[in-house]
Amino acid sequence: MMAQTKPSETFVEVRDLKRVFDVSRPWLNRVIERQPKAFLKAVDGLSFEIRRGETFALVGESGSGKSTVARMAVGLLPVSGGTVTIDGVSMTAVKDSQTRQQLRKRIQMIFQDPYASLNPRWRVERIIAEPIHAFGLLKGEQVTARVGELLTLVGLHPDDGRKYPHEFSGGQRQRIAIARALASSAEFIVCDEPTSALDVSVQAQILNLMRDLQKEFGLTYLFISHNLAVVRHMADRIGVMYLGRLVEISEGKRLFSAPRHPYTRMLLDAVPDLGMTGRQRQMVAGEIPNPINPPTGCTFHPRCPLANERCKREAPAMLDGVACHAVQEGRVP
Amino acid sequence: MTEPVISVRDLRVEFVTRKGILRAIDGVSFDIMPGEVLGVVGESGAGKSVTGSAIIGLIEPPGRIAGGEIRLHGQRIDNLDPESLRRIRGRKIAMIFQDPLTSLNPLYRVGEQLVETILTHTDLGPAAARARAIDLLNEVGIPAPERRIDGYPHEFSGGMRQRVVIALALCAEPDFIVADEPTTALDVSVQAQIIALIRKLCRERGTAVMLVTHDMGVIAETADRVAVMYAGRVAEIGPVRDVVKHPLHPYAKGLMGAIPTLEAEAERLVQIPGSMPRLSNIPLGCAFNPRCERVFDRCRVERPDPNVPRFGLEGEAPLMPGHHVACHLYTRKTVETAS
Repeated sequence: MMAQTKPSETFVEVRDLKRVFDVSRPWLNRVIERQPKAFLKAVDGLSFEIRRGETFALVGESGSGKSTVARMAVGLLPVSGGTVTIDGVSMTAVKDSQTRQQLRKRIQMIFQDPYASLNPRWRVERIIAEPIHAFGLLKGEQVTARVGELLTLVGLHPDDGRKYPHEFSGGQRQRIAIARALASSAEFIVCDEPTSALDVSVQAQILNLMRDLQKEFGLTYLFISHNLAVVRHMADRIGVMYLGRLVEISEGKRLFSAPRHPYTRMLLDAVPDLGMTGRQRQMVAGEIPNPINPPTGCTFHPRCPLANERCKREAPAMLDGVACHAVQEGRVP
Repeated sequence: MTEPVISVRDLRVEFVTRKGILRAIDGVSFDIMPGEVLGVVGESGAGKSVTGSAIIGLIEPPGRIAGGEIRLHGQRIDNLDPESLRRIRGRKIAMIFQDPLTSLNPLYRVGEQLVETILTHTDLGPAAARARAIDLLNEVGIPAPERRIDGYPHEFSGGMRQRVVIALALCAEPDFIVADEPTTALDVSVQAQIIALIRKLCRERGTAVMLVTHDMGVIAETADRVAVMYAGRVAEIGPVRDVVKHPLHPYAKGLMGAIPTLEAEAERLVQIPGSMPRLSNIPLGCAFNPRCERVFDRCRVERPDPNVPRFGLEGEAPLMPGHHVACHLYTRKTVETAS
């Protein structure tokens, strides 16, 4: 049965999370070409909390490490350092392995590409029932009933369970993925770009569905997206990532009304928006640097209009929701 | 009155399949003036890209242009033989594709690809062509072009590659560019730079652009006029401000409401029930009628024509000049107004 844990305000706690990938050339090349080993710090000291029943979003450009965090949060990828604690149970420490098995059925993930995340050779009912069988939750007739119930819940017909994934459109497939995530009565769902492969009208359907389900079941979401408008619509709190670090954490709406970190401001400035017709905007300079060889100090300093000597030398710590020397020194206009 | 660069009239594109003939584009008409950016939006399968491919003559069998005409500076180009079309393509009409990685040859230096294109389409010699290639790279905002011209595509980042592709499209100073999702593969901060670049080029060179994208934000910012496509037909076309702020067609209204924005405060997004019909199964009358909230009998039998005069509804914003909509709702009901 489900492990009884005391309800806590903080549901997911991530502390100083790190992930390093070895991107060295093969051994022989390194010896012949006298190259050292190369490492990529995809995630470099990330800390945040997610409260029960809220949506926490991570935004950032490609290569900022969003998806790596998502994979580590559900345990698909081992961490290189730091801890992930979900409802008081450590996902990273060895000693908790027994309770962790209990915890797993409460965590699920929805992936970006609904064409790749569903087995094309399985019928939909088998796909959705997989978590039920894996955790031994129900048996026989009950499984069929539960699958039908889940399909109805996500706006499909119970008979759709007999079909194969290719018979569905992208939006319907994402509904199937959501039904699968709910099959084991998950409480914490990690959504990695759940709507970026979908058309806008379908995206609206999926986002509305996710909100309805959250209200109904009190779900907690970790929502990963590069689309700021979608994040603004969905998230209670938002973390902005740049090159594997969090540069700003803020309550949802405040990030958009009063962005503090220069990178956040730049991002918000760059988003093409329906309201921007005919408006002139400030040009954004540069691109995200190569994470194998990131800039020293604050990694944003080469693109930052407010950077000074200290920014080049010293990485800023997260203080009061923003990691920026200029903000902390009051140099931001 | 200036003459449109591109004029499309009643274009129909069909694909012959085992299951019968699928009509991907059905009666699309629009003009694009010099220096104008026409945005074409719609969801996947609406026929945006096929329209672009038809103009540039890249419809391959089993697809074919089944009717209508495409004119470039008043001259028909849809019925040209492949050789004459090849001479126009690249020189007069250029294309920017979505994925900069697949539209550059990874085995050749970017300079070689640019010079080859310039030599093919202009009378310049090799040395002058190289100088022109450097100028172009400079113009699209690539730093240190003298050095980068000898780099291979993999040495460029995504945004820089897309700049190279744009430079490639500009080689022969075309009058018209089809840009098919030019920023979709890019990050937002880079996307903004590419949008600004396309706008600048249009203004400075008077190039007409057809910008195909599913991102309304990009359209709102880049385009002068916008056409909303649905199931191979133009549902609504007009100045970008009018269409974005006051969409008329129920589909366009739903589409605008479905997009989360940075400003609007909405608990729920507008949801259009159902999904776009398959090409093999487009409903009679208005293609949107099974999903439309305001459907009435006429919609189910008669296809609305975007070119007949329409009138604004009472209590809504008046219809602006140049704003056309293919919807029976906006037909003045003479009987009602008389009584």
